[in-house]
Amino acid sequence: MRVVMSWLTAEVPGLPGAAEVAERLIRSGFEVEAVESVGRDVSGVVVGEVLDIEVVKARKKDVRFTQVRVADGAEPRGIVCGAFNFVVGDRVAVALPGAVLPGGFEITARQTYGHVSDGMICSGGELGFGDDHSGILVLPTGTPLGADVAELLGLVDDVLDVDVTPDRGYALSMRGLGREAATAFGLPFRDPAIDAQRAADDFGTGPGYRVMLSDPAGCDRYVARTVTGVDPTTPTPLRLARRLELAGMRSISAVVDVTNLVMLELGQPLHAFDAEKLTGPIDVRRARSGEHLVTLDGVDRTLDPEDLVIADGSGPIALAGVMGGAATEISASTTRLMIEAAHFDPVSVARTARRHTLHSEASRRFERGVDPAVGPAAAEAAVRMLVGLTGGVPETGVTEVRHDQVRTEVFLPAGEAERLGGRPYPREVVVRRLREVGCHVTDAVPIDAARVDAEGADLLRVVPPTWRPDLTRPADLVEEIVRLEGYDTIPVRLPRLPAGHGLTPAQRLRRAVSRGLADAGHVEVSTVPFVAADAGDALGLPADDPRRGAVRIANPIAEDSGFLRTTLLSGLLAAAGRNVRRGANDLALFETGAVFRTVSPGGAAPAEPPVDRRPTDAELVALNAGLPAQPQHVAVLLTGLREPAGWWGPGRPADWGDAVAAARTVAATCGVALTVTAGEVAPWHPGRCAVLSLGADGPVVGHAGELHPRVVAAAGLPARASAMELDLDAVVAAAVAAPPIGARPISAYPPADRDVALVVADTTPVADVATALSDGAGSLLESLRLFDVYAGAQVGEGRRSLAFGLRLRAEDRTLTAEEANTVRDAAVAEAARRTGAALRS
Amino acid sequence: MPARNDIYDPVQVSALDAGELDRRRDEAVTAITAAADLDALAVARTNHVEGRSAPLALARRELGALPPAARADAGRRHNAAVAAVREAYDARLAALTAERDARVLATERVDVTLPTDRAPAGARHPITSLTDRVVDVFVAMGYEVAEGPEVEQDWFNFTALNFPPDHPARSDHDTLFIEPVSAGVLLRTHTSPVQIRSLLSRSLPVYVVCPGRTYRNDTIDATHSPVFGQIECLAVDEGLTMADLRGTLQVYAQALFGPGLATRLRPHYFPFTEPSAELDVQCFACRGDAAHQPCRVCSDEGWIESGGCGMVDPNVLVACGVDPTRYSGFAFGMGLERAAMVRHGIREIRDFVDGDVRFTLPFGVEG
Repeated sequence: MRVVMSWLTAEVPGLPGAAEVAERLIRSGFEVEAVESVGRDVSGVVVGEVLDIEVVKARKKDVRFTQVRVADGAEPRGIVCGAFNFVVGDRVAVALPGAVLPGGFEITARQTYGHVSDGMICSGGELGFGDDHSGILVLPTGTPLGADVAELLGLVDDVLDVDVTPDRGYALSMRGLGREAATAFGLPFRDPAIDAQRAADDFGTGPGYRVMLSDPAGCDRYVARTVTGVDPTTPTPLRLARRLELAGMRSISAVVDVTNLVMLELGQPLHAFDAEKLTGPIDVRRARSGEHLVTLDGVDRTLDPEDLVIADGSGPIALAGVMGGAATEISASTTRLMIEAAHFDPVSVARTARRHTLHSEASRRFERGVDPAVGPAAAEAAVRMLVGLTGGVPETGVTEVRHDQVRTEVFLPAGEAERLGGRPYPREVVVRRLREVGCHVTDAVPIDAARVDAEGADLLRVVPPTWRPDLTRPADLVEEIVRLEGYDTIPVRLPRLPAGHGLTPAQRLRRAVSRGLADAGHVEVSTVPFVAADAGDALGLPADDPRRGAVRIANPIAEDSGFLRTTLLSGLLAAAGRNVRRGANDLALFETGAVFRTVSPGGAAPAEPPVDRRPTDAELVALNAGLPAQPQHVAVLLTGLREPAGWWGPGRPADWGDAVAAARTVAATCGVALTVTAGEVAPWHPGRCAVLSLGADGPVVGHAGELHPRVVAAAGLPARASAMELDLDAVVAAAVAAPPIGARPISAYPPADRDVALVVADTTPVADVATALSDGAGSLLESLRLFDVYAGAQVGEGRRSLAFGLRLRAEDRTLTAEEANTVRDAAVAEAARRTGAALRS
Repeated sequence: MPARNDIYDPVQVSALDAGELDRRRDEAVTAITAAADLDALAVARTNHVEGRSAPLALARRELGALPPAARADAGRRHNAAVAAVREAYDARLAALTAERDARVLATERVDVTLPTDRAPAGARHPITSLTDRVVDVFVAMGYEVAEGPEVEQDWFNFTALNFPPDHPARSDHDTLFIEPVSAGVLLRTHTSPVQIRSLLSRSLPVYVVCPGRTYRNDTIDATHSPVFGQIECLAVDEGLTMADLRGTLQVYAQALFGPGLATRLRPHYFPFTEPSAELDVQCFACRGDAAHQPCRVCSDEGWIESGGCGMVDPNVLVACGVDPTRYSGFAFGMGLERAAMVRHGIREIRDFVDGDVRFTLPFGVEG
């Protein structure tokens, strides 16, 4: 809403300047996006009279050399002008040499077309209002010669650009914001609707144009007035046109401008029909299926049976509250008007506007709530202006069809503002503030003794004004009181909380995982979780892979982001690709976040629980059952060098092992053990994929290894990129469920170290050999470490030698050499039994 | 070389004579002082003090031959001589050791400005660390962290939060819906549905913060992202007022931007709070003095718009089975990217989701 300060000040005399008004409006809850100062850069433009016109032939376009005087009896001055829309005797705006036009454009006398042009005759556009540069501005006859044009046209003004929140429809008018400004400065406020209402009452309410309200839910009030003898060519007075333009609307014709000016002043959208084009009585009803309407913008619209329309004998003639129809539009030949001031259902207007993507000044106001009682006043204000400006004559009779709504009453405990606001609001302040808002406040007469509780509740009976449909409950009234008193008067204090439990174990672990991975040299990214339909193909997932069950977005922001990710790898591959394209090849990225998988084919919505009570457990279960699975995962993607090259030597390329190590970092951070076995799972390299499970026989929680070369190439990454992904929720849940980690006794006795080299088939996993050694060694084994792997002629084709170091230690004594050797032999024997390992000779 | 002394040969030896002892002492001190390096010093010590045939050692052996009275006197003189020699030795040893150390360590000099980044650096995303920072402040006050799903039911995201059926936020221009649309499932547009889940699953009083990812139907550009982080705070208890909200917001603002910054509430409208307000935090860069000095952080506003807040709307409480005449509460929700952009001078919101390591690395682990 653009608020013209000269207009606002006319409504509320005594207001200070724009900056101060803006500040107070902001404090009252009206965001002022900008304060524009207009017209202050114009000077030296005066009213002149055209005395003589001489056409000057020029090559491209003829111009005129005019004689203009700017004071009675003054010497005429010669001015060259390119416009042809004026005649001798017209009064025009003359910028004298030295004058400044908007934008700091300075006027000088100059030689042109063979004449000295001693100034400039201005168009409206050149003076900073309107965008009409086609002709110069012709002022009304009798405008005093020499008068300052800037002052005359009210060019100097300020405009506040106010962002009105959707609950405050009343503030989309000078009436509403005038009341707010008056309250903010403690000035008296005279409601402009009351004056118009009185005049309308004087006029009487005889029968007017016949109107039926067939759909009282859609339209509960319809006021119509007819005016005849209108001169459709009457121009809008410049000051009013200027006012409209500053308010952000174009001046079109006196009739249209009047309806817009009244709307801006009172907030009631009006529509003017060409009364001669109406066919019989008006009916406000829902559209019938198949009906069409060509709206004012020339678009032929197929109407929906939910659209509320104004219809006459010919069918729909306007989309109620949204836009008029072309067939009954006023034109240059219109002399008889029917002015409509109606009240339409906000939801109906909003739906129609949205359905037809047709948002107008009218629909914006109806959606936010128009005062249902202001119709007669608005119609009267429009009629009076039309009479004054266009020579029209009001026809007798006022149509007012209404289905009155029950007025809302709110019983407000006098202490409610204090209960929510946190400071005292004395009863008289509560009452005064509510009255300033327009409420009718009386002491509630307790009809029902039960309403007076033990403390003798002091209840106020508050009837909000008709223009405040948003005030229906005590909390709404409290907001008004607290807001008008000022949020800055609320004290600052802290609640006294009961002792909390801190982060849950799961929350602590998830944090630790992110820190752990970062500490281990991984860089966190947070990618957009939208993927294309072929994301599963890009990863080479088999048809029955659960990661194919992607959740589909009905209205995606782009065609290639129509689904939600089922694996974090999609986003990591894309992010890695971006980094590589930008020149970074050595990457260790990680991400934690939700992945989404459809659990059941979506169906009908569960019944939405009502909001007047807590939903039942069954209702909650039904609601949650409709949601996809969305576990938190963690994933790592590695490319290029894991350890950089430098003056110390060459770097170390990242490989499958770094991916497994990253998974182990996650597990170790959580204090759980991962078991690694070989697997073949997309998108990993079939020979370099580790299946990760919890403990010895626990569930599979993820995979790690080198990525499939095709996946790596498709993502534009350097060869041999590796990755891991874990179901973080599963890992964390296992960690949380596990008993506290048991400490092992720390023996102070010396260790006995024994190395063994075992030859096994090269298909035998090291993990199996290590487990066998460990089991065979028993409780005296403190640690086991593989320190060498050898394959070659010495051990034979298809075999390899694994060199393990066993550190043995007893809790209560120094092990003898014999004891240590016995343990070693038992370990080797077990390895031989399980894996066919032979001691390397 | 003196003759071997024994009781059968009571020959008066000269080694313990006062003059002789002084001479031997002086010889030893001279040799020690003259030692050019640690090896020479060791030789001098052997030759003059400790070796089997060192004069002072020999002199000591003569002591036993003396009659008791003379023995005491000679012993004192011998001890004094030895102490003097030891003192000279210790001084020389310290000097020579220091010399040697200086020489050797000098040869071991390295260039400590050589790069040492042998291990790759890691970092956490700034939204992650910012979330932790804010959460920690609230947890310290006694709040708990509540979570909810990102793909959410319309009922939690809108209906229970008092959004009327035709509210514009429910349109597909603003909200991303999941197929089939008839199922009423969507990508949550704010963290506020966690308010509802918390009120339904926890017993009163409820004090929670809810960080998380949220979604809007916005095409990504410099200032818009379809995905962004929010943090929500909800407190429902007996006797809570807007004063408690103001104090809590003050703590939040300081957690985010630093101590001593004023906050300002401007009346606003949200379906799920009444009264409602928008929070402005004094600009941490110009501290509200933008009127006098240009400020890039707040574009000369002096204030930074930081989110929405208010007292929980009674309709929300009723939908969660909480009696609004007995309980009251406050809530606020803040966009984390915007806060991080202001805090760190980040110009493009897309940097948060592009995954460029150059963006994340400078933030380290704790941002």
